[in-house]
Amino acid sequence: MADIDIAEEIPLPAQQRPPVVTSGVIGWLRANLFNSVFNTILTLLAVYFLVSTVPPLIRWMFIDAIWSAPNGQACHAAISQGAGACWAFIGEKWRFIFFGRFPYEEQWRPLFVIVIIIGLILASCDRRLWGRRLVLLWPAGLVIVGILMWGGVFGLRYVPTELWSGLPLTLILAVIGMAFAFPLAILLALGRRSKLPAVRMVSVAYIELVRGVPLITVLFMASVMLPLFLPAGVTIDKLLRAQVAFILFAAAYLAEVVRGGLQAIPKGQIEAADALGLGYWRRTRLIVLPQALAMVIPPLVNNFIGAFKNTSLVLIIGLFDLLNTANTALTDSSWQGFANEAYVFIAAIYFCFCFFMSRYSQMLERTFNRGHRR
Amino acid sequence: MAVQTLATPSRPAPWRDPKIRAIVIQVLFVATLAALIGFLAYNTVTNLRRQSIASGFGFLDREAAFGIGESLIPYSPADTYGRAFIVGLLNTLYVSAIGIVLATILGTMIGLARLSSNWLVAKLAAIYVETFRNVPLALQLLFWWALLRGSAPSPREAWELLPGVFISNRGITFPVPFSEPAYLWMALALVAGIVITIAVRRWAKRRQEQTGQQFPTGWAGLGLVLGLPAIVFIAFGAPLRLDVPALRGFNFAGGTAMSPEFGALLIGLVIYTGSFIAEIVRAGILAVSWGQSEAAMALGLRPGQRMRLVVLPQALRVIVPPMTSEYLSLTKNSSLAVIIGYPDLVSIANTTLNQTGQAVEGIAMIMGVYLAISLLISLLMNLYNRAVALVER
Amino acid sequence: MSNAAEVLPDRMPAQIMIEMQAVHKWYGEFHVLKDINLVVGRGEKIVVCGPSGSGKSTMIRCINRLEEHQQGRIIVAGIELTSDLKHIEAIRREVGMVFQQFNLFPHLTVLENLTLAPIWVRKLPKKEAEETARYYLERVKIPEQANKYPGQLSGGQQQRVAIARSLCMKPEIMLFDEPTSALDPEMIKEVLDVMIELAQDGMTMVCVTHEMGFARTVGDMMVFMDRGEIVERAPPKDFFASPKSERTRLFLSQILAH
Repeated sequence: MADIDIAEEIPLPAQQRPPVVTSGVIGWLRANLFNSVFNTILTLLAVYFLVSTVPPLIRWMFIDAIWSAPNGQACHAAISQGAGACWAFIGEKWRFIFFGRFPYEEQWRPLFVIVIIIGLILASCDRRLWGRRLVLLWPAGLVIVGILMWGGVFGLRYVPTELWSGLPLTLILAVIGMAFAFPLAILLALGRRSKLPAVRMVSVAYIELVRGVPLITVLFMASVMLPLFLPAGVTIDKLLRAQVAFILFAAAYLAEVVRGGLQAIPKGQIEAADALGLGYWRRTRLIVLPQALAMVIPPLVNNFIGAFKNTSLVLIIGLFDLLNTANTALTDSSWQGFANEAYVFIAAIYFCFCFFMSRYSQMLERTFNRGHRR
Repeated sequence: MAVQTLATPSRPAPWRDPKIRAIVIQVLFVATLAALIGFLAYNTVTNLRRQSIASGFGFLDREAAFGIGESLIPYSPADTYGRAFIVGLLNTLYVSAIGIVLATILGTMIGLARLSSNWLVAKLAAIYVETFRNVPLALQLLFWWALLRGSAPSPREAWELLPGVFISNRGITFPVPFSEPAYLWMALALVAGIVITIAVRRWAKRRQEQTGQQFPTGWAGLGLVLGLPAIVFIAFGAPLRLDVPALRGFNFAGGTAMSPEFGALLIGLVIYTGSFIAEIVRAGILAVSWGQSEAAMALGLRPGQRMRLVVLPQALRVIVPPMTSEYLSLTKNSSLAVIIGYPDLVSIANTTLNQTGQAVEGIAMIMGVYLAISLLISLLMNLYNRAVALVER
Repeated sequence: MSNAAEVLPDRMPAQIMIEMQAVHKWYGEFHVLKDINLVVGRGEKIVVCGPSGSGKSTMIRCINRLEEHQQGRIIVAGIELTSDLKHIEAIRREVGMVFQQFNLFPHLTVLENLTLAPIWVRKLPKKEAEETARYYLERVKIPEQANKYPGQLSGGQQQRVAIARSLCMKPEIMLFDEPTSALDPEMIKEVLDVMIELAQDGMTMVCVTHEMGFARTVGDMMVFMDRGEIVERAPPKDFFASPKSERTRLFLSQILAH
């Protein structure tokens, strides 16, 4: 066999450019927008749709919008002359929408609370912090949130929970709901897979019951029936009732997510743990749960998005979350009829939170899939 | 040779025996739970008695004394709470049923659009999905309600969208045809069309098995189902008298109206659930590996045949379970009607609760109904799953 | 660079099953097929080999339009391959393909997999399609699996079913895209045996494969591709004994050395 001289240069053939019609901008257009008769029609329809909706929308939202006005009537007068969105309404009402009935001078406190909670969420997204640091960071953060909201110590004025409202309330309900639902969900998931029939039946009954009914009924139940469940004289404030409802509700859905993770653990892991002599609880704590929980982080984030959206339901029991403060802002007699502006504004806020979280969960899923590919 | 008797393993001490431990743990668990429930029940009973609130379901026979905005069956405030409850239940089922059908159609179209090779269409569908998935449903309902109610003018200045269709703050009023005898025959013709289509399908399948010739059953069926009623209609002289709404005084008379509450609830639910269904459809079709389509192409199957015989059967297996979950979600989400004042089950039960003070019974009834619906749908879904499961070693 | 005349100087046109003339393909800016010229006569067995990424799969996928070429002409069984759907359908009826991942339809039984295309494309009656199916199942030596589902079969059995499925359409040409690469070693032989028998019955075959033993047994022509172009073509004897190009020698040393 002849010696192969690897150092010898193997000449590359000359690189040809692809034909213009199939490459570059024209190629892209042909391939993506006009590659068949049907698609061409669709593209034209889509362009027509865009042209007839986007410019008027931009005009309403930005170009013709009114950015400042003394009161509602002035805005309406301008609108009847062809102006667009009355953002002056938001300019006037934004503090109420964000902080609700929290005392005006103390509103720096809920502002800090918003910043802290957003900070905690962002910190949780950073994988470098996962582990002991995060487990310590969250309780510390929540304690600070509690101090800022309630006050009564460190010279801060006491603010009862009835006055907590707006975005801080939404964040608190969502975050604390998920935080406390999580351990309960783990217990329920383990219970559902337990070999003890009594434990299993109770877990299944709870999960299926709570998942089968709307959140509104759980909120009603908590709001109306919780006072009945407690001995006479023991009162429980409205916020706590709603919080308990969210925790109980989220726990059932999270339990199913955790159960999916538990089911995905190969049997060999349990067998190896048993062979090493670990008992049930040690095995669960050290081997099974860490793996299961790591696997279910993307669906967990999706559940958090759901929980965040669900907080909007508390308007039914009279709590003033972000949606309800916006709704209430609309009842001001001197600023009537700006529902569109209000709803678009808070829709944008909800969208930012939820969209960011969903993008993050998709990114996580991709990272984990990369790791699991054989 | 002496036979050695095997010593029976000695029973472990009672506190080490796993069987006994299991029983003891369960007994303790159930006992604790029972004690807790007993404590709560005792408190509830005491509190109810203290506030002189009645117990039991006797209140269902009492007069309701409140009006209901819209109802599928005749109802007046003189009717019982029980009847009011049924009105609410029917309203919930009504809006859920229509919502499920429309959301499926819309969601499937958007899901397919997201998979389109047309970049523009795919991107627009993606924007739709992201926008409506990430905003709370309660907010969306309020938005549509405000739009249909607030932004809409009074009946005197109502927008006439199409001849006879008016949008005002009383809702969307549109013409309805007066009942004609021909319509009964048309309904019969429709049923006949469906039955004949099934028969044609059987015949065409048998013919194909025997001779290989294909018959366009789909088009034939469509023609029968649409055509037969149309023929009957024409045979009767095409009777169509519309009850067109006309402005009388301050409101419309004639025609029928879809209230802004119902409209907002339906639109909100359909658009919101549609975005989730779109993702489910998209995931289902993507789950069928591209190799399946390639193999079908290599065998010479046309795109329609590929979809029908190879891709869709496999995609449906992945689509149906989460889809039924979404249907259940939509039904549960219809309970948000209470925010915009549509008289659904929860809304009416809430009013009843407030009037009679019997919170426990009221909430129990609501939960019972929704649980029944959930279990029914779960059962159907499990049956479906078992029937179409792919056979593997 | 070689042209058709050099390769097969005295073939009559009616006997040419596949002809690729100056075919180029790009993925965006990446030039994946460069000036492919290939002629396959009736009954010829062409084995295509080369390092991964050389474009061999892409090339044979262009033959039945699973991939689209941007420049050059491809003529299959006398029909020119263009965007015309009628041409594409006619070509796909005459060309069978066996995939690396089998791609059997998991929701249909083995028998239904085989009869699907004959019933819906060739419009055969069910009985006739089933007879043909059972005949080919017999030939790939698994007649007893007719009513099982693909998920219940081993990899080797599935690939043999895939071969039978293509044969039920009675194609003139069979394309094989690395048919044994996804199989466990003990199952490769059973699939190769079927392919050898098929070759000996006179089927026109184009195979992308690493199984050089198979190439030596039935191959009429070895085609070596590298970086999108055909570097060398020769009958197996000459190809293995005295490869002309450096790149061919490099490749052979890598796969034959163990």
